[in-house]
Amino acid sequence: MSLLRPLLLDVVPTIQQTAALALGRLANYNGDLAEAVVKGDILPQLVYSLAEQNRFYKKAAAFVLRAVGKHSPQLAQAIVDCGALDTLVICLEDFDPGVKEAAAWALGYIARHNAELSQAVVDAGAVPLLVLCIQEPEIALKRIAASALSDISKHSPELAQTVVDVGAIAHLAQMILNPDSKLKRQVLSALSQIAKHSVDLAEMVVEAEIFPVVLTCLKDKDDYVKKNASTLIREIAKHTPELSQLIVNTGGVAAVTDCIGSCKGNIRLPGIMMLGYVAAHSENLAMAVIVSKAVPQLSVCLSEEPEDHIKAAAAWALGQIGRHTPEHARAVAVTNTLPVLLSLYMSTESSEDLQTKSKKAIKSILQKCTYLPALEPFLYDAPPNILKHVVGQFSKVLPYDSKARRLFVTSGGLKKVQEIKAGPGSLLQEYINSINSCYPEEIVRYYSPGYSDALLQRVDSYQPLAN
Amino acid sequence: MATLARLQARSTFLVHQYYFRNSAVDVFRKKEYDAAVKIQSWFRGCQIRAYLRYLHRVATVIQKCWRGYLGRQHYQLIVKLEFCTMKMNLYNAMAVRIQKRWRGYRIRKYCFNYFYLKEYLKAVSETNDAIREALEEFAEMKEREEKKADLEREEKKRDYQARKMHYLLSTKQIPGIYNSPFRKDPDPWELRLQKAKPLISQRPKVKQKRDVNISNQLACTSARSLPQSEILPPIDRKQCQGPFRDITEVLEQRYKPLEPTLWMAEPINELKMAREELRKQEWMRNINDNMFLPFSSYHKNKKYIPLMHSSSKYGPNSYGSQHFRDENPKKWICDKKFKFHEDRNVCLTYSLLYPHCLEQHLAKERKKERKKERKKEKKKERKKERKKSE
Repeated sequence: MSLLRPLLLDVVPTIQQTAALALGRLANYNGDLAEAVVKGDILPQLVYSLAEQNRFYKKAAAFVLRAVGKHSPQLAQAIVDCGALDTLVICLEDFDPGVKEAAAWALGYIARHNAELSQAVVDAGAVPLLVLCIQEPEIALKRIAASALSDISKHSPELAQTVVDVGAIAHLAQMILNPDSKLKRQVLSALSQIAKHSVDLAEMVVEAEIFPVVLTCLKDKDDYVKKNASTLIREIAKHTPELSQLIVNTGGVAAVTDCIGSCKGNIRLPGIMMLGYVAAHSENLAMAVIVSKAVPQLSVCLSEEPEDHIKAAAAWALGQIGRHTPEHARAVAVTNTLPVLLSLYMSTESSEDLQTKSKKAIKSILQKCTYLPALEPFLYDAPPNILKHVVGQFSKVLPYDSKARRLFVTSGGLKKVQEIKAGPGSLLQEYINSINSCYPEEIVRYYSPGYSDALLQRVDSYQPLAN
Repeated sequence: MATLARLQARSTFLVHQYYFRNSAVDVFRKKEYDAAVKIQSWFRGCQIRAYLRYLHRVATVIQKCWRGYLGRQHYQLIVKLEFCTMKMNLYNAMAVRIQKRWRGYRIRKYCFNYFYLKEYLKAVSETNDAIREALEEFAEMKEREEKKADLEREEKKRDYQARKMHYLLSTKQIPGIYNSPFRKDPDPWELRLQKAKPLISQRPKVKQKRDVNISNQLACTSARSLPQSEILPPIDRKQCQGPFRDITEVLEQRYKPLEPTLWMAEPINELKMAREELRKQEWMRNINDNMFLPFSSYHKNKKYIPLMHSSSKYGPNSYGSQHFRDENPKKWICDKKFKFHEDRNVCLTYSLLYPHCLEQHLAKERKKERKKERKKEKKKERKKERKKSE
């Protein structure tokens, strides 16, 4: 480091640039080396000479700053302390697009760590210049500027508001149509970071007329474009029922369902969560989700995915869909997801989060489910706390439906119910009593356990009439 | 007296007779008394009973009337109540009918319209299908475009390769690589080589200067005022009628550059604009916008805010501004600074390194010194002369 430092001030400009490049590569490799660069007092030198040198030196110096700033918040703070932000912002006004790109990249990496650093970057006046950079014709510059804006706006609503006030949303929305996939990734990520903070910001993003253009991004070849697009739609749908309604009206739910079907793993996760959020708002929206054939897709996700957090998300989404009315619960139960949910709840391998979510989902669906063929398997496998709900549902449906009563008897449900042991006076016992009261006494006695023994005893004790 | 005695003798008999007669009656008296009492009591009893009967009858009549009156009142009250209840029931029933209809209407129209919901869900599923189709088409289009782009790239690459390998083309004498005589028909590369244009190494293009149009230099910029084409008008044009000026004069006049008067040449507010211009330049150049105040203690009340550059711990480094090499005091030979050569401004080491320059420099220095000496001498001489003349 002490050898490279004097080279930074050499008379020959190429040596300066190469020295700066070397420092940058060193700092890029490892966090400790970056710390050594900071401790060697090189940063003030770089900042001081950044203001007057030619564009190659500026690029190299900005590269060093970026390499140092990316490792940890403390190093980024050191960069801010030596006044580099002002010079970087001046570099953003340079004519050469390479210099702008390097400066924007450095600013993006600094702003990434936490909200204070982002605020420092914003206070240096970088945001309007970044928005100007986005409008430049070079694709690389656009990408970096979009990623920098995304990093700035992700920390807090005020920062996102600052970005919006400069009019970034309109430009970002225009760039969704650009064919370059890496650019689309960054643009969608920036829009989703803006939209996630509050309803007003989400409404402003929607007002930029991104729907239905965003839905084409869901069909992109690049997986991360799909993921960021579904994240954006999720952040918008999360806030209010009206926004979800808007998304449903433009056919967003179908597009997201198809997108979930076409990818695997973590890419699916935002799409699954989006379906859950939409269905959670109201029963009409949940019905719209059901109509868009999302439930079979979600049950496929639930059974296929190896990772627990994605399964948990799918379980939660199914719970949100099925909890509103018996129609909804029936739509969920028809696809045979309830046994899968039960097995996830019971298995010891699933994480706690998955267990709680699947339990909640089962409970909320069962409380509304009147579709008896789906409930019957539950009589056999379920643990007692779920069994209570199942029997309760039976006791609600059976008194009014004679066909169901017959089916209940023939399928062996009545026999199973008699075998359930319940504490007297408990809710379970009440339900069992109400079920038993739907049937004539002989059948109840016939199916109660130990009836065959009682009959045999009667045979034993019977005295035939003397002829 | 005799009668008296006789009366007295009879008196006791009289008394006894009187007593007997009275007592005999007494016996009957009691009976008769009792009988009389009985008769009287019986009669009185009958009388009283008759009276009581009469009283009973009368009281019954009064009570009958009174009770009738009370009962009729009560009955009227009951009838009224019944009537009111009947009316209220009727009203209630009618109100229930109205409310029943209104509530059904309101729920169906404003809160939850089942048919509207069904329509909406149908519309949603139709939109979904449309979006799915559109997205499928979009994806197909993208794939087609990609394939096309790939094919084009491949074509270009092959074309470029063919152009580079053009020398492998078969000639009449020698068949090329791709046109082996043992093959039935030539390799497709052969055909490509035939079609390709040979690739020449590019020479640096000479930049041609564009012809500067004369019209750019003149004040009169109308497109029609100058003859743009090089073709002159035909010679045997009919002579235009009328006495005209000489054509050269006309052209001179037409293409004379503008010579505005001094008053026109400068805008009327030129002074003001010049001041503005100056002010703008100063504003751009000045680092400090505060006016330079004279040496008074007026501006000394402000606290001096040093430059961030020099007040932070990352202050200006002496390296690079005061010295350009790393100073290592341990390596110094002696503590004192380098002594300069007596012939001013020449460092000793420098003199050792570059002796010929040193000699030149020294020669120059000596010349200068001699000149100065001569001047001084001349001055002295003049002074002496002046004194002498005085």
